[in-house]
Amino acid sequence: MGLSIEENQKLVEEILEAYPKKARKDREKHFQVADEKAIDCSTCAVKSNIKSRPGVMTPRGCAYAGSKGVVWGPIKDMVHISHGPVGCGQYSWGSRRNFANGTLGIDNFTAMQITSDFQETDIVFGGDKKLAVIMREITEMFPLAKGISVQSECPVGLIGDDIEAVSKKMSKELAMPIVPVRCEGFRGVSQSLGHHIANDAIRDFVMGRAELAETGPYDVNIIGDYNIGGDAWASRILLEEMGLRVIAQWSGDGSLNELEIAHKAKLNLIHCHRSMNYMVDHMEKAYGIPWLEYNFFGPTKTYESLRAIAALFDATIQENCEQMIARYKPVMDAVIRKYRPRLENKTVMLMIGGLRSRHTIGAYEDLGMDIVASGYEFAHKDDYEKMLPMLAEGTIVMDDPTAYELEEITKKMNIDLVGSGVKEKYVYHKMGVPFRQMHSWDYSGPYHGFDGFKVFAKDMDMTVNSPVWDLVSRKGTMEPKEAGV
Amino acid sequence: MSRDELNIKDNTSLFKEERYVQQRENKKQFEAPCSEKETAEALAYSKSAEYMEKNFSRQNVVINPHKACQPLGSVMAALGFEKTLPFVHGSQGCNAYFRSHLSRHFKEPTPSVSTSMTEDAAVFGGMNNLIDGLENSVALYKPEMVAICTTCMAEVIGDDLNSFIGNARIKGVISEEYPVAYCNTPSFVGSHITGYDAMIKGILSYLYTRSGIESKPGSGAESGEKLNVMLGFEPYTGNFAELRKILGAFDTKYTLLGDHSGNYDSPATGEYEYYYGGTKLADVPQAANALATLSLQKYTLKKTQEYISGTWNQQLAALSTPLGIKGTDTLLATISELTGLPIPAVLTEERGRVVDALMDSHPYLHGKRVALVGDPDLLIGLIGFCLETGMEPVHIICSNGDVDFNEVKFKDEAEALLAASPYGTEATVHVGKDLWHMRSLLLNDKVDLAIGSSHLKFAAKDAEVPLVRVGFPIFDRHHMHRYPIIGYQGTLNLLSLIVNTILQQLDDHNSGFNFELVR
Repeated sequence: MGLSIEENQKLVEEILEAYPKKARKDREKHFQVADEKAIDCSTCAVKSNIKSRPGVMTPRGCAYAGSKGVVWGPIKDMVHISHGPVGCGQYSWGSRRNFANGTLGIDNFTAMQITSDFQETDIVFGGDKKLAVIMREITEMFPLAKGISVQSECPVGLIGDDIEAVSKKMSKELAMPIVPVRCEGFRGVSQSLGHHIANDAIRDFVMGRAELAETGPYDVNIIGDYNIGGDAWASRILLEEMGLRVIAQWSGDGSLNELEIAHKAKLNLIHCHRSMNYMVDHMEKAYGIPWLEYNFFGPTKTYESLRAIAALFDATIQENCEQMIARYKPVMDAVIRKYRPRLENKTVMLMIGGLRSRHTIGAYEDLGMDIVASGYEFAHKDDYEKMLPMLAEGTIVMDDPTAYELEEITKKMNIDLVGSGVKEKYVYHKMGVPFRQMHSWDYSGPYHGFDGFKVFAKDMDMTVNSPVWDLVSRKGTMEPKEAGV
Repeated sequence: MSRDELNIKDNTSLFKEERYVQQRENKKQFEAPCSEKETAEALAYSKSAEYMEKNFSRQNVVINPHKACQPLGSVMAALGFEKTLPFVHGSQGCNAYFRSHLSRHFKEPTPSVSTSMTEDAAVFGGMNNLIDGLENSVALYKPEMVAICTTCMAEVIGDDLNSFIGNARIKGVISEEYPVAYCNTPSFVGSHITGYDAMIKGILSYLYTRSGIESKPGSGAESGEKLNVMLGFEPYTGNFAELRKILGAFDTKYTLLGDHSGNYDSPATGEYEYYYGGTKLADVPQAANALATLSLQKYTLKKTQEYISGTWNQQLAALSTPLGIKGTDTLLATISELTGLPIPAVLTEERGRVVDALMDSHPYLHGKRVALVGDPDLLIGLIGFCLETGMEPVHIICSNGDVDFNEVKFKDEAEALLAASPYGTEATVHVGKDLWHMRSLLLNDKVDLAIGSSHLKFAAKDAEVPLVRVGFPIFDRHHMHRYPIIGYQGTLNLLSLIVNTILQQLDDHNSGFNFELVR
């Protein structure tokens, strides 16, 4: 099936027929097939940022995952307490690949799991006293830690612990910032509220708390890059080569001081608008710092973004920008020359978090690939409004798609490449459909910037054109598997 | 243009380039980092005896624990039954984490749903979520049974699963007959093994009770001579295959109670199914009439064992993970005893071959000081294996080791096992400690080898000790779980892993005159 609007509308309807009435009524609102009207004026009808249906395999996580896993966790010189039972911290330990320079356990605490490991008594009597002791012990164990954040898990909110009071008291006692973050997993409908809560905590507890010795006209921040596989480094290098000075990087390879001095920048450059738009909005209002959303996936979008950034500065920067593009373009063209013929007209389905489903479209297009279905885990209306104009007519747009929906679309649309997360990955391996894990770059990366695009192109070719897919023998030729006796 | 001409470097080499090294240095001016001197001093201090003492005296903070929470184990347990959908009652993030965590270990899909409870459920309870969830999941994923476990959220607000499921039936979203097993798995009690136990017991007791069968152990034409076997929270699909091989050699009939090997080792056929293999639901009530039950993780399966020996009035043999020659000997002797069947010659022969291999390798193992981390039953097996090869366990950490079975605590059993061997005299068993404690131990009292999960890699790297990955989770190596580590064949696999790690280490450290060809 191709990109016929009517056919795809019918396809979506057919898929939704499997649901009970109530769930079907809800799920219908989360789909839209891109038509001319929607693309031109981006009249977005997709419902988003509302509750997932119980009992479906939603790809979504929780507020804790948004705060600890995404925003706070990568701040490397602070210790982040997973406050509550042992599980949440264990599952989010090191799995998001936020690279950070430093010595683990000494001045870098990113790939660690520090938890209050709640027991039954903590639920009965509350965990506040224990929390204070934990903070003291953290300063004993990690003397170079610059601060502490308390990432609350579900029970903390339910039993009514006052983590704010403990943090305030202990911040004074230990003379360091201690940030309570109310990111209990039951709050909100997805990770997204966790991002918001985490941003608010940055705003309230660290922003504007330090000064930058010397400010300059070219000072910028990188906001919303989590340095997956080194993405932020591959981005930063371009901004610096252009003559800008990156004074803070949030939050991949980030440090407390960078959070504290970021208000001195002249411009905020935001990559993941979904997770940190709250921050740039606030900084615009509070400090008058303008912001710009940029996209460093694929050369086309990277050129566009670099020029848009340079346009906000003087002729020197603009000249540097053009020279830099001229330097990199032949290499990027060579990458495309090599890989485009191998990937031309391959169809792609994306279902990623809240940015990449949109931002990576350009990179796929640079390689001649066609996005035929795209959706977000936890996006909001503005994400869909931005995405629709980037799509071809007939593309299926889907919000919080369930495992069942993704599998059906894949079967019915003859998809050549699926980009999604680890929960989805092995399903597609069973189906014999090329798959790339696009939350953590399938343990590769970086994918941002010019250095990143080379890796991206190579990885997509490796995935789509691997001979292993041809080895999948169809069902029926296999002996049925016998379990037990 | 060739690949080389494009010079494509990924993160393994790209950031070693000078321009990125410069970037890193330049960024420091904004990081307000500690000075190099401070960092070096703190690093040295963290490796000191003084630090270790402080580390061991901390009371409340837990750093890098080697355990997960209960419902993760329940999800794995539910996937051990035919066409059973794991169903997690609580906030949806937990379920996403369980699915990711298990998938990262097995490199396989983990089908599981959640009730997606949010603030309103926190206030009013999650009954509506559970009822809607049952309706949706049964319609979409067509399971033959749903197996519900709770999360800490549902436990704190006190949701009553039994009455909620009853109400779902009254509302007609599922029929009166539709099987829904459940268990309570608060994340703030025990660990993943506790949750595994709770769900196995939940499913066995539920399917047995509703069947109306009255257990008569050793009776019934179908099940009289059968043996029930439970592997427990089993991270190795290869162990299921090895056990099948052993039971097949005995030519005994058996039922595996909880067999997730199908789900976690399914073929790529071009089509995905939600359910692969698993214990047949109809076999569960019949299991009450089996000859006896053999449990291979006695600390893990505590409540299930109590249930089986109590309610099914069945003879129960409870072992720990049968690793090593003696561990496997015990396994075979136990099967022989329970079934009255002789130990098959083919296994005795296999034993001889593996003993031969152990002899070949023993010079490289003897006296090697080893650190061990894992779940209680695995550790009992590993300690036994080390002792019989002449390796010397030194540091043993079991974060979730505060368990007992028949009033024998894991720690006491482990210590008795070690005390009985001259190779165990140096060992200390640390229960309830974490991998940050292990880091201090590795740095202050050096060993030759560490054995444990991927999470141990950080401490092992700091202490420059090679790590042999055994247990759960193994995220950073492929296909380890497909090879058995139990039985004689498993012992051979474990031996190969360990001895070749040691030989590799020799090659890494030797050069010139002692970079040797033959070993």
